[in-house]
Amino acid sequence: MAQQAQAAKGDFISNLGKIYGLYTGGFFAFVVVLAILEQLGVPNRWIGYGFVFLTLAVYAIIGVLSRTAEVGEYYVAGRRVPAFYNGMATGADWMSGASFVGMAGTLFLLGYDGLSFVLGWTGGYVLVAILIAPFLRKFGAFTVPDFFSERYGGNFARFLAVIVLVCCSFTYVTAQIYATGIIASRFLDIDFTVAVYVGLIGILLCSMLGGMKAVTWTQVAQYIVLIVAYLLPVVILSTQKYGIPVPQLTYGQAIREIGALEQGMLSNGLATAQTLKPHIKPFTTYDPLNYFALILCLMVGTASLPHILMRYFTTPSVREARKSVAWSLFFIFLLYFTAPAYAAFSKLEVYSTVIGRDLDSVRPWLFTYGHLGLVKICGADAVSIDAIKAACSQVAGHPGVIRLQDFSINTDVIVLSTPEIAGMPYVIAGLVAAGGLAAALSTADGLLLAIANALSHDIYYKMLDRNAPTTRRLIVARILLVVVAVGAAYTASTKPADILSMVAWAFSLAAAGIFPALVLGIWWKRANTAGAIVGMILGFGFCVYYLVGTRYYAVHFYETWAWLSTASPAAVAKFAELKTAWMNAAEPAKQAAWVALDKHAMTIANWWGVRNISAALFGLPLGFLAIWIVSLLTPAPSKEVQDMVDATRRPRGDTIIRDKDAVLPAH
Amino acid sequence: MQQGEDRYWRRTSTLMWTMFVLWVFFSFVVHMFVNQLNEFEFWGFPLGFYMAAQGSLIVFVVMLFVYAAAQDKIDREEGVAEDE
Repeated sequence: MAQQAQAAKGDFISNLGKIYGLYTGGFFAFVVVLAILEQLGVPNRWIGYGFVFLTLAVYAIIGVLSRTAEVGEYYVAGRRVPAFYNGMATGADWMSGASFVGMAGTLFLLGYDGLSFVLGWTGGYVLVAILIAPFLRKFGAFTVPDFFSERYGGNFARFLAVIVLVCCSFTYVTAQIYATGIIASRFLDIDFTVAVYVGLIGILLCSMLGGMKAVTWTQVAQYIVLIVAYLLPVVILSTQKYGIPVPQLTYGQAIREIGALEQGMLSNGLATAQTLKPHIKPFTTYDPLNYFALILCLMVGTASLPHILMRYFTTPSVREARKSVAWSLFFIFLLYFTAPAYAAFSKLEVYSTVIGRDLDSVRPWLFTYGHLGLVKICGADAVSIDAIKAACSQVAGHPGVIRLQDFSINTDVIVLSTPEIAGMPYVIAGLVAAGGLAAALSTADGLLLAIANALSHDIYYKMLDRNAPTTRRLIVARILLVVVAVGAAYTASTKPADILSMVAWAFSLAAAGIFPALVLGIWWKRANTAGAIVGMILGFGFCVYYLVGTRYYAVHFYETWAWLSTASPAAVAKFAELKTAWMNAAEPAKQAAWVALDKHAMTIANWWGVRNISAALFGLPLGFLAIWIVSLLTPAPSKEVQDMVDATRRPRGDTIIRDKDAVLPAH
Repeated sequence: MQQGEDRYWRRTSTLMWTMFVLWVFFSFVVHMFVNQLNEFEFWGFPLGFYMAAQGSLIVFVVMLFVYAAAQDKIDREEGVAEDE
């Protein structure tokens, strides 16, 4: 019986190429069928349903087929995932709904400065490969906190790691479910709350029955959908415009045209030097300090996010883990080096066909997004020519043509509108929606599993009930998964603006809380328990203090640290003025005065001008320093721990941790 | 054995530091000269912009495949590689 299962499993792994090849072919055929149906007159709405429900159904089928009752399969997919496929799964795990839909828009708005995200979200994999992943694979942990507990002897280090993990993953997963809701509600034309719960069902079907094993194989399927959906529209656009189907090469030409148009807009008064940020000019939004600090925090954060690190626990060997990081980065790179092309083509479209246009001849694609509140002209939603005209007539001295400062666009529009701008059929727009959904769902799956596994494996099994039998462990794991998922979906359904703006914090929190203790645990034998605990508490605590202080207690933070703030004399004077106004205001006006003061304080509450998204710039070095100093002041770790570190560094031999219930291939 | 292991870790560390220096260079150093690089053109792009949008990314990807192969070679030569 077991023999048979083994053989069947072997068949599945050795046939992966055939299976996913067929799947990709089937997906293309499905797109073609929908395209034909569209030509036959099937309404757009049904095309949208077709995409969303069919892809969801496929993911769910993979999830159900991968169900398992085995601990090793549930937590680390049986450690049988080949490097190439684990790379694809990591790609899907990594690319969030926001990356898919919003990255190009960020580059559209920020130009060169936006590339800090492109760099930050790719270069971190170098750190993953050379410092962390192969060693964690050899260690044989089920979760990242597992490593902390074994290396730093005890449950306190484990508990700290779980806290950091939950803090950085929960806001992130809420944002993913929110993105699912937004995409599904836009394309299916259903209520946002309903859409959130539809997404929740999709997520649970993929992850609940098969844990990591199911999530792995659905993520591979989701990667294929998302990368096809991302590349196809912009490849078609590039072919239409320049005759070469490689947008990554042709957008150099678009950038040159944008440069010329920018000059033209400045000289004929369509833009002012204050509102125009030349696309290729560096440091127009971030100063160099913040640009490089952001790159650093995103990279180190990448190398510390538990839902990414745990993907490398699933490879068959240390060797495969290293190759797998390379494949991961390759698959992620495919999307990130395409995003700037989207941004350039959209910008060229906007600069050449929107700005400087007569209000009567606005291109119709703008109205589609104006209706959704995503494109504004003269401060009003661009829903129709009359609405724009009415709004612009309110603006004093408006020349009757659209100027750059009249135009504002939500970052989500760039990717979503490309098919329409290029005049492609609706089926391509549906494909893009399916891609965005795949990106959001796959990331949500990975994050949920990271949180639920930390709670079930680390808190329940390792800390509360070490004698729990396999069946109970898996039941608890699934219950916790559902509880966390429903909690995140409920939070997302309330559209919490605060939580959504906190997503970017995850990188700094993970970087400051996990990275120093993780890296030194592998690379410095002398690092000991006291050092790691002090380092984690200080690094993470400092980071939280800076994030929360500058965002929620800005007035207090500024007053405490005014001497470190880079506020200009004018900003300081304005702060004093607003503060007096608030203190003198009578009751009904007091609230408004406080809001004004707080808002202004947020712009000047900082240390040396570092923006709060880069808070790890302080927490990270502090964490390293604390571990170093405290470790040297306290006794070295025991011989056993030092031998364990040696064994971690050596690929040959058994994993360090062996789970009594797991049936995993021995090496 | 002990000596062999020391040598294994020394070679592994050297490879790590080599990659780390390359990472620092292509993540930060090269972009500090973006304005100077933008004077040059590469495949129709200003070079400074190109490095941040594609150049560094391509280097990272290539680096990781090279790293995986190089580390594997060290493992085999020092006798600590896993069985196939």
